[in-house]
Amino acid sequence: MKPGLKNPFNLIVTGVGGQGNVLASRILGNMLALGGFQITIGETFGASQRGGSVMSHIRISPGSTWSPQIPKGCADAIVALEPAEGVRVLSDYGHDKVCFISNTRPVYPAGVIAGGAVYPPIEEIRSGVLSLVPDALFIDATEEAIKLGRPILGNIVMIGALAATRLLPLDRKKFRVAADKFAGSDSLDYNLKAFDAGRRLFQTAMSRRSRPAYPVTRRS
Amino acid sequence: MSLLLKNKEGDKRLLMGNEAIARGAIEAGLAVATGYPGTPSSEIIENLSRISRQAGIYVEWSVNEKVAAEAAAAASFAGLRSLCVMKQNGVNVASDFLLHLAESGTRGGMVLVPCDDPGALSSVNEGDARFFARMLEVPLLEPGDFQEAKDMTRWAFALSEEIRNFVVLRSVTRLSHASGMVSLGKIPRGRTQAQFRHAGALLDPESGPMISCLPGAPQFTHRRQQDKIRTAREIFETSPFNYYEGPRRPEVLIVASSICSLYSREAIAMLGKAGKKCGLLKMGTTWPLPEKFLQKHLSSAEKIVFVEEVLPFLEENVLMLAGRWTRGKGPKSYYGKNSGTLPSYGEMNPDLIAEALGKVLAVRRRPVRPESFAAKAGAFADNAAPRRELTFCPGCPHRASFWSIHSALKLDGREGFVCGDIGCYTLAAFPTGFNSLRTVHSMGSGAGLAGGFGRLRAFGLRQPILAVCGDSTFFHAAVPALINAVHHQADLTMVILDNRGTAMTGFQPHPGLPVNAMQESAPPVEIENICRGIGVETEIRDPFDLKGTRDALLSFLEKKEGARVLILRQACSLSPEKKKKNSFKVRVDENACRGERCGCNRLCTRIFRCPGLYWDNRKQVARIDDVVCAGCGVCASICPAGAILKEDAV
Repeated sequence: MKPGLKNPFNLIVTGVGGQGNVLASRILGNMLALGGFQITIGETFGASQRGGSVMSHIRISPGSTWSPQIPKGCADAIVALEPAEGVRVLSDYGHDKVCFISNTRPVYPAGVIAGGAVYPPIEEIRSGVLSLVPDALFIDATEEAIKLGRPILGNIVMIGALAATRLLPLDRKKFRVAADKFAGSDSLDYNLKAFDAGRRLFQTAMSRRSRPAYPVTRRS
Repeated sequence: MSLLLKNKEGDKRLLMGNEAIARGAIEAGLAVATGYPGTPSSEIIENLSRISRQAGIYVEWSVNEKVAAEAAAAASFAGLRSLCVMKQNGVNVASDFLLHLAESGTRGGMVLVPCDDPGALSSVNEGDARFFARMLEVPLLEPGDFQEAKDMTRWAFALSEEIRNFVVLRSVTRLSHASGMVSLGKIPRGRTQAQFRHAGALLDPESGPMISCLPGAPQFTHRRQQDKIRTAREIFETSPFNYYEGPRRPEVLIVASSICSLYSREAIAMLGKAGKKCGLLKMGTTWPLPEKFLQKHLSSAEKIVFVEEVLPFLEENVLMLAGRWTRGKGPKSYYGKNSGTLPSYGEMNPDLIAEALGKVLAVRRRPVRPESFAAKAGAFADNAAPRRELTFCPGCPHRASFWSIHSALKLDGREGFVCGDIGCYTLAAFPTGFNSLRTVHSMGSGAGLAGGFGRLRAFGLRQPILAVCGDSTFFHAAVPALINAVHHQADLTMVILDNRGTAMTGFQPHPGLPVNAMQESAPPVEIENICRGIGVETEIRDPFDLKGTRDALLSFLEKKEGARVLILRQACSLSPEKKKKNSFKVRVDENACRGERCGCNRLCTRIFRCPGLYWDNRKQVARIDDVVCAGCGVCASICPAGAILKEDAV
């Protein structure tokens, strides 16, 4: 039995088709499996890859197989590659104590591009989420990935940020192994840079706070 | 090395359900695997195709599911183990052959894997393939988790050989596309020599001809088929894939199959103390049902709840048996889809089941989070998370094709319409494809329906008729419809949206491409040669050439009689050859874009709606999102003000 982790620990990675949601959940799942956890990942892909909402449910347990769907209101952590998708998932699966980390870069739905629907400014989303989850964090993951020359790596930046919370045993060594397997060794350097950038963004965001939000010292 | 070939017995790995099924087949000594792509089944054949050379297996993306089943059966007749994979809708296509195959029986182990899509998450319907097993009178297995997906697949081959008939192993999206831990087994060595023995006596199962029925003599083949299913029932009575967990005398007994057994276990846990009164009877062999095993467990409880997806298959088959047991057992209460306790459409989840169990046990669940949070978060999401409709990808050739089809029909002005079918282009029934498709049914049915409409001139139908189908769909099911239209002189224009692969499911090759599933070079069968060969006037255009495409369409629409084909050829923007390789750098000249004052009604963002474009509310001009834009340059051709500029990408 691994100490200190809820059984199961329920992690949701959400975003929009094409953002690398499935790859992110695979990498996370494999990092945790390397750590000896029993993992179930529930996800759907296919039609949703065409600009639809995508969501991966990752169940992390010391020893039992949990179902591929997290019950409503029972997420322990939500990683949003896209802010509005984070809000959607927060409403269905979140609660005021959930660990919520969101990218700030919107992907506009077709209805918003066409003008029928409204996508609120990111500041409005941020303050709305903070009023629900005081410890929520927003980071400029895509902007950071653009700096690396590969905007698609926003998903890896987000993995880095989640790793930095130390809620889960996600170290750089395991990331290297999992990323090598799923993202291909030719882009490993970029992936490691994105992972480190995510950790840095988290630290910077935390240093601006008056009190620590996450148990950053719980596990070494 | 691929996980599927790692010969480390006992190694525990995180595998996708479809990978687990593929691994199970490899552990069974698979020789031949065939299928047609379809979500959520495609990764099984895909994974096997990647290791075909190392594993010494033959893997084929067949032209359609019926041909896939025939190819797999041939391998079985020659004594090899074969796997045939398809999505549920594919079983409908294959069913004609399967009905015959079930009667002739098989030799080498043959496993048919249909993957259902409860909730129609990536399908046009949520058909339940399990009913075929009953109709075909063949055994049905439903793995309940990832380990079972592998282990039951391996076992299914042995079962098939034991009863000399093919076995159906049914998966669902939440198993096929989910991932879980799987402990690996051993991979056998050696290869079976293929030999079709056919010179023996007519009814000799080992060496006679494989003939499905003897006219007027069902007492031979059909009776033999039913003997096989009785043998399977006996085997299932002691199968380790059916088991019970819970108290000795539960107040409520849940009977569940497939992924619903994991949901049910979780729902029991969610009920806390009340859950301790529930027992779970997890069924892995669901046709034919092991009668004695079920009778033993059903007698332990008064209330029985059935949990399954999608239709009440298990429920009704158990009730059929229970009807025979009523004497001496007393009446029980049965809950499921027939009682309205659980819905008979859509997919299940732990919440739905916990709620249903709560009703049956008459207990109230404690809320898992403050209700105030749920209300506040719900209201916030209604505002802050606008609905995300499915759209064609940035740079998708279909958007350009339907733009031209839509404008040609508008210019023609006779209320013409488009009949479509299944593929990414199904989305053209919605705003992303300008609501162009007016009929959508099964593979190839756009062409068939258009041919039918095209014969209604005599009844006064004057509307121009278009059919669309994709390149893979053309080979799969549209060719007979086109031949029918030609021979019966139906009036229609068929548009083949050739994006160079089976794009929706992940670029599996089809007979029109110079490569096969195993990435070997293969002679391509050209679509235009088929069309011209059957006497259809055929033109080929690039859909990104909007003017050329529209002109071709208009000239076809003017010809009022006979069938014509327009092939719109441009590779999918997600295809490996195109991905990340933008042809153009596109930008908006904000001095030239006149926004709402233009009179174009914001054609680019409001109508064309490519996700690569967005509207800058502050400056009131269109913009390109460089992160999203695929650089196809089509939007530059639609802007009436010439404000969208494209330059060759460096």
